[in-house]
Amino acid sequence: MSVATPKADPLGKAIGAAFDVEAVRAEFPGLHQEVHGRPLVYLDNAATTQKPRAVIRAVERFYLRDTSNIHRGVHALAERATALYEGARRTVARFIGSPSPDQVVFTRGTTESINLAARSFVRPRLAPGDEVVVTWMEHHANIVPWQIVCGEAKAAVRPVAIDDRGALDLSALEEALDRGGERVRMVALGHVSNALGTVNPVREVVAMAHARGVPVLVDGAQAVPHMPVDVTELGCDFYAFSSHKAFGPGGVGVLWGRAEHLAGMPPMLGGGDMIRSVSFEGTTFADPPSRFEAGTPNIEGAAGFAAALDFLSGLDREAVAVHEEALLAHASEELARIPGVRLVGTAPERAAIVSFTVEGIHPHDVGTILDGRGVAIRAGHHCAQPVMQRFGLPATARASFALYNTHGEVEALAAAVRHAQEVFGV
Amino acid sequence: MSDLRDLYQEVILDHNKSPRNFRELPGADRHAHGDNPLCGDVVTVYVDFDGDTLHEVAFQGSGCAISQASASMMTEVVTGKTLEEARALARRFRTLLTEDGADGSNLGKLAVFAGVKDYPMRVKCATLPWHTLAAALDPKEAPETVTTEA
Repeated sequence: MSVATPKADPLGKAIGAAFDVEAVRAEFPGLHQEVHGRPLVYLDNAATTQKPRAVIRAVERFYLRDTSNIHRGVHALAERATALYEGARRTVARFIGSPSPDQVVFTRGTTESINLAARSFVRPRLAPGDEVVVTWMEHHANIVPWQIVCGEAKAAVRPVAIDDRGALDLSALEEALDRGGERVRMVALGHVSNALGTVNPVREVVAMAHARGVPVLVDGAQAVPHMPVDVTELGCDFYAFSSHKAFGPGGVGVLWGRAEHLAGMPPMLGGGDMIRSVSFEGTTFADPPSRFEAGTPNIEGAAGFAAALDFLSGLDREAVAVHEEALLAHASEELARIPGVRLVGTAPERAAIVSFTVEGIHPHDVGTILDGRGVAIRAGHHCAQPVMQRFGLPATARASFALYNTHGEVEALAAAVRHAQEVFGV
Repeated sequence: MSDLRDLYQEVILDHNKSPRNFRELPGADRHAHGDNPLCGDVVTVYVDFDGDTLHEVAFQGSGCAISQASASMMTEVVTGKTLEEARALARRFRTLLTEDGADGSNLGKLAVFAGVKDYPMRVKCATLPWHTLAAALDPKEAPETVTTEA
């Protein structure tokens, strides 16, 4: 990658100054536009990210020359499409430290990934009175699938408390595990909270759960774009994430699972490509990951996803982390300085996501006024209503940063918030 | 985008800051709940009749300036109207915000909401109180909770 700081450059790593944000921005055409007559300041990255040229080109290349179905045709295009799709699986496996590509199941996204684990891994294990432990900071995608399977089995979803900073209360987790004992069938938690930015201590949670024989699923949708993720190092049982939040195309995601878990799971969907043989006497299913990929998958999405991960791998991710940390610190400081602004989520370990409220202005009005200044943020409950209930708020405004954001954009955000206060006379 | 001042007009900001008729009406003849699940706006509208006339109208709820001001101004405008007049107003208000070419000339001070039409994501904020009022007026035709996402 020409825009990347060479990975081997010890000086660049040491000072973190060699990260050239303008060179990175040049790779993202979507950033270079005006909105309502002002330069776009895109701070809604936790919702979805802009796409680099490499991703756009990968998807375009598929449509221009490789359009075909996979795993079936014997012709050249089918071979190319299959190679792209299976190559993408290997790229994902390398990117997250999976021992084997066969542990990478392509899905439509994080939501489907969690549903698959809930339906095919946990549901068959659930008996009445069993429990699935989650946290108060989860996205609805890591609550509702568990509620559905628990509802069917007369089991329960147990939420673990978070503190006033938005950090997970590990002693409450321990208590929940001890109280539930053998009835706890799964711990499911986000790696990074989409609403608060909190980074959860996944390794500690895994150690705590595994000591009691409980598997752990990690919702990594908000982690993958911000930090290197190694599933082997984390030690979790399942890891779910989406392409589109990590600079790749929409409609594709991954459920990574331990091989022994995947091997024992029944399919969630039946159809083509997930079978070994079909007859009216009985059908035998393919091995993972094909068993879980019924129907024609999002081949172009997988190709684009691989391009996105290659793009990330080409960057000095330590330098990226330093850059994002500086953006987070700058944004927190600028916003906290404005009278009437309250930061929601101040856990010590945070990714570059800042939730806030402005006294006297509803978050939706903040969002509309900021949009008028070209600043794109999200306002609402961020699909995490329990978090809002925890903090006694109907909604927050949320600025979420990506590696291509700048300190100038932090200042534009703060100026736009001040403008909102002027409009409202607060 | 039109000027933000067309959306956040003084009168809207004023009603947001000091909502009128913001209270529960205990024992009201009619009441209905409305919510916008995507953004979390909630409103309860209370109506007391005197014969066929909306004698007292009040609301409670929380949400953005557009939804709060819309609810507040609605309670002012419909108080003293007959059932039929209130229904007609609700229809005209919704038309103003959702149909091309509709103008607010027959809506009096409610015409300040015409600017909301330029913000499609916000139209539901302004119409929620009116949908909820309609449900209070005609409970047989309405679900238990009015929702913008039905």
